[in-house]
Amino acid sequence: MNEATSHAGSVSVQHAHDVTGMPTKVHAREVTVHYGEKQALFGVSMDIPANSVTAFIGPSGCGKSTFLRCINRMNDTIDICSVGGRITIDEQDIYDPSLDVVQLRARVGMVFQKPNPFPKSIYDNIAYGPRIHGLVRSKSDLDGIVESSLKRAGLWKEVSDRLSEPATGMSGGQQQRLCIARAIAVSPEIILMDEPCSALDPISTAHIEELIDELRENFTIIIVTHNLQQAARVSQMTGFFHLGKLIEYADTGDVFQNPQHSMTEDYITGRFG
Amino acid sequence: MLTSYLPVVLGLLILYSFVMGRRRIRVAADAQAVRPHSQFGYYGLYVALWCGLPALIVVLAWLMFGPVIVDAVVMSSLPDQVTAGLDSAKLGLLEAEIKAIAGGVVFGEPSAAVVAAAERLNSLRGISSTAMFVVVVCVALGAIAYSRRRVAPDFRARNKVERTTFWLMVLCSVIAIVTTVGIVLSLLFESFRFFQLVPFWEFLFGTTWDPQMPIRADQVAAEGAFGALPVLAGTVLISVIAMLVAIPVGLLTAIYLAEYAPGRVRASVKPVVEILAGIPTIVYGFFAVLTVAPWLRQMGAAIGLDVAPNSAMAAGAVMGIMIIPFISSLSDDALHAVPQSLRDGAAALGATRRETIIQVIFPAALPGIVGGILLAVSRAIGETMIVVMAAGLIANATANPFEAVTTVTVQIVTLLIGDTEFDSPKTLAAFALGLMLFVITLGLNLVALTVTKKYRERYE
Amino acid sequence: MSEIESAMSTPPRTIGQELMSEEGARRVRRRYRADARFRAYGIIAICIALGVLAILVGTLVSSGYTAFVQTQVRVTVDLRDADIDPADVRAANWRGIATGAIESLFPDLPQSDARVMRDMVSQGAPFIIRDAVMDDPALIGTVFDIEIPASDRIDQLNKGAIDRDSPADHRVVTDQQIGLFDQLEAEGRISTPFNTALFTAADSRFPELAGLWGAIVGSFYALAVCLVLAFPIGIAAAIYLEEFAPKNRWTEMIEININNLAAVPSVVFGLLGLAVFLNVFGMPRSAPLVGGMTLALMTMPTIIIASRAALKAVPPSIREGALGVGASHQQAVLHHVLPLAMPGMLTGTIIGLAQALGETAPLLLIGMNAFITAAPDSMLSPSTALPTQIYIWADSPERGFVARTSAAILVLLGFLVCMNAIAIWLRSRLERRW
Repeated sequence: MNEATSHAGSVSVQHAHDVTGMPTKVHAREVTVHYGEKQALFGVSMDIPANSVTAFIGPSGCGKSTFLRCINRMNDTIDICSVGGRITIDEQDIYDPSLDVVQLRARVGMVFQKPNPFPKSIYDNIAYGPRIHGLVRSKSDLDGIVESSLKRAGLWKEVSDRLSEPATGMSGGQQQRLCIARAIAVSPEIILMDEPCSALDPISTAHIEELIDELRENFTIIIVTHNLQQAARVSQMTGFFHLGKLIEYADTGDVFQNPQHSMTEDYITGRFG
Repeated sequence: MLTSYLPVVLGLLILYSFVMGRRRIRVAADAQAVRPHSQFGYYGLYVALWCGLPALIVVLAWLMFGPVIVDAVVMSSLPDQVTAGLDSAKLGLLEAEIKAIAGGVVFGEPSAAVVAAAERLNSLRGISSTAMFVVVVCVALGAIAYSRRRVAPDFRARNKVERTTFWLMVLCSVIAIVTTVGIVLSLLFESFRFFQLVPFWEFLFGTTWDPQMPIRADQVAAEGAFGALPVLAGTVLISVIAMLVAIPVGLLTAIYLAEYAPGRVRASVKPVVEILAGIPTIVYGFFAVLTVAPWLRQMGAAIGLDVAPNSAMAAGAVMGIMIIPFISSLSDDALHAVPQSLRDGAAALGATRRETIIQVIFPAALPGIVGGILLAVSRAIGETMIVVMAAGLIANATANPFEAVTTVTVQIVTLLIGDTEFDSPKTLAAFALGLMLFVITLGLNLVALTVTKKYRERYE
Repeated sequence: MSEIESAMSTPPRTIGQELMSEEGARRVRRRYRADARFRAYGIIAICIALGVLAILVGTLVSSGYTAFVQTQVRVTVDLRDADIDPADVRAANWRGIATGAIESLFPDLPQSDARVMRDMVSQGAPFIIRDAVMDDPALIGTVFDIEIPASDRIDQLNKGAIDRDSPADHRVVTDQQIGLFDQLEAEGRISTPFNTALFTAADSRFPELAGLWGAIVGSFYALAVCLVLAFPIGIAAAIYLEEFAPKNRWTEMIEININNLAAVPSVVFGLLGLAVFLNVFGMPRSAPLVGGMTLALMTMPTIIIASRAALKAVPPSIREGALGVGASHQQAVLHHVLPLAMPGMLTGTIIGLAQALGETAPLLLIGMNAFITAAPDSMLSPSTALPTQIYIWADSPERGFVARTSAAILVLLGFLVCMNAIAIWLRSRLERRW
């Protein structure tokens, strides 16, 4: 099993460069995660290309979200969680003690499964990130960031006249796009999305998928999804996780049409999961 | 002395009726060879309830109204020349004297009529208790006789029993309402009598509180001045000091425990902090007198500040300590109710813990925290023993925390402690203060409970 | 998607990269320092809370532990010439006998110093000798030794609470008394055994004779009444509200009422007890029965709230299971839900009773702060309770009462610790997690 994994990993790394033609943004080697005694991730290695969408698929509890949360060190917030191996972004080790999470998370944004707008106004939600990082010099600067973030999230037309209203009053789909805008406002290099559409209706989902495709131009996007069609629609690269191991990682077309691993095939054709 | 056997007799009767009811249905079922509607026990319970409940109602009614009727009979039987020209207060005194003599306590030389009345009281009391015994036992036996005839296999005993227990439960839950009504009525009634002696507006807006001294010669109650404002001012001063101690310490404790502390620290520190809430307030009062007040005085003397021995500061600070766990545990609940997703959202944007707490968690938890603080304020205002022991007795409208002030609760206790006649404005004033206290705390509680309830619903 | 394009025209500034710059790193460090400060405030707050608790307990222990022992003087009583009628021991001149026995301790002192000598031992000496003889009539006509508590001042002197070296006019014992004490100690007549009287005697005007027994019995009676009333009523109310009550305005009102009652100041319950139980129903003042009834009204909301929480924690599947096999709603609750909720209910009840045990204000208002020198013999006889006894002692000027007050508080806290320990044990032992 172990052999198979590392084999699959090394194969897919080569694929990554070939298919998208983009330089590697995130470079992970032998990443392991333990929750206390329990091991949740076994030696995951992968190279994620810049300015593309990479999807992680797999059955529940397979470790895909755990790995995603390693990339912006969200696992730090869980006391009993320990991460091993090495992850670099632009060749910088993100678990290096000299680099701290605040700096890291300003570069790696995240959107969560359930929309989690702060109980504040729409404007304050977007402005929160730029404000805490203290990089806005004037009100008009901030207004500009809020406007451009909302525009890039495709939300500006819907909310431009009610920026001071509480964000919690919006629909689920709008809330999730607001969360994406909130992440964009910090202008990160990478955006992690943890099943961003699982709590949304099909129309909102379509909106978000469209948005993801557009954002690819400026950001590296990594998305965890349950929905195989979604992975096929939005991603260029796909990684299949099972029981804490990365089984197969290749460009999306290959994974869906010509899986190398029988387990991947079984999953994609719906024989388990 | 028959009555002291009443509980035993009644208990035995109830037990007997249960056993009898159960045996009766068993025999009947066997004889008719049918299965009764309910389990055997329910028939026993049915008879037992019939035996016990009416008897219990009679006992309660007798205990409540018996003495009142006996007293009235005795008083009305007094010769006219004894009661002629006596107002209600004097009659009350006379009644108390008769009761004292009946109890064997004789002061001075009572008149023959009074002694006779006392003897009559004793004999009537004896008759009353014997009559109660007889009536209760008759009622119980009658009820057994009535209900046992209904015990038959097709009788739905379980439904009857369950209906009875259902209404008993309803009755029990109504007691909460009865208590509130009792509080309101008793406070209103006595306060009403007080406001007949002292005008309502004078009580509410008067600026002198001195129950011993008249403020105007023509005052109806030429016994003292009853302006509640300075008392209220003292209450507010001490509560403010208490909250100034309790809010920062309690809130920061809650924030640390909820957001920073590792699980092990939290699990061991939280219960220890909550010990502070379990300590009786009289202990805090003694602590204030024994330790805090002398210490404050020394500190004051060291920097040339004159601190009263029973300064508002000492009472307020100790009260604040008492309230710390109150605020910390309610705030802790409020912080915990904020969903983890908001913490994650802020962390993912690169916020530090402090930025997350101050700008996201705290505002989100604010309604819950405010509700907790309001409850704490209500508790500070109603707190009695600390201030009775550590605060002053003289009403003094000041904002200087190192002077002695008095509070509403202190006045209630000092006015009512010891034997006082029930008609003097002094005693009645305590009820008027009690009414004021009840209204203020009720308002605070209702607002606080509504706010916290709304808040809890928001994140459920 | 012209929106997007217009946004693209201003190239996004990457905050991440700015944070990596020197200036940015400084800002991040500043934010971390603010975070550390904030965290430190929290730790300081906890230290304050815990520190105060430590000081509180420390003060009580340091001022109260001396009251757990009592200085006693061994006095030789000579009854050879005393005129005692064995049929009526009580009638003898015990005051004279006691005075003679005390004076015989100091044969060197002139009769003019009789008062000084008498002040060395408790003023209760005549009664102590009398009771000893009444217990053992064989003592009549003999000479025997008896331990009599020293007077409060001598007790304090022996325990070191009075500084011998301070100027004579600054202390309550004279140089002469110190000399007499040293003489007695040299003769081996002074002992300091465990103060059993603290737990067996009732109140007294003399601190060296005062004990807590009356208060403990009074508190016990009051709590028993409180338990008998509040527990069944509270639990029945909780079961009704949680399991049977329809959700309508009426039950909502009851619920608001109960929550509010739990927050009503205890002194108001005292006013209620005074106005209703004493004035309207004419019940006796200072009686534990009335105290218990008042406390029951106060404890009931606590019990109802805790019991409802316990009932709510039982999963609905249990009820449905019982209903599914044909049990009536009441049977389902009685046989299945109630046993599972009982630990939580008992825990809530014990915690409510612990609160009631420490409650003072309502008891003061119904007169349970009377000076009573015997333990109550029934629910209706006048009595004190532990907290009111503490209040009485705290108000007494004698030095010995300071230590006794602290000791009484330690005893009260001991009871509370036991009750809470039982509650915690019950919870951990019987509670089931779903």
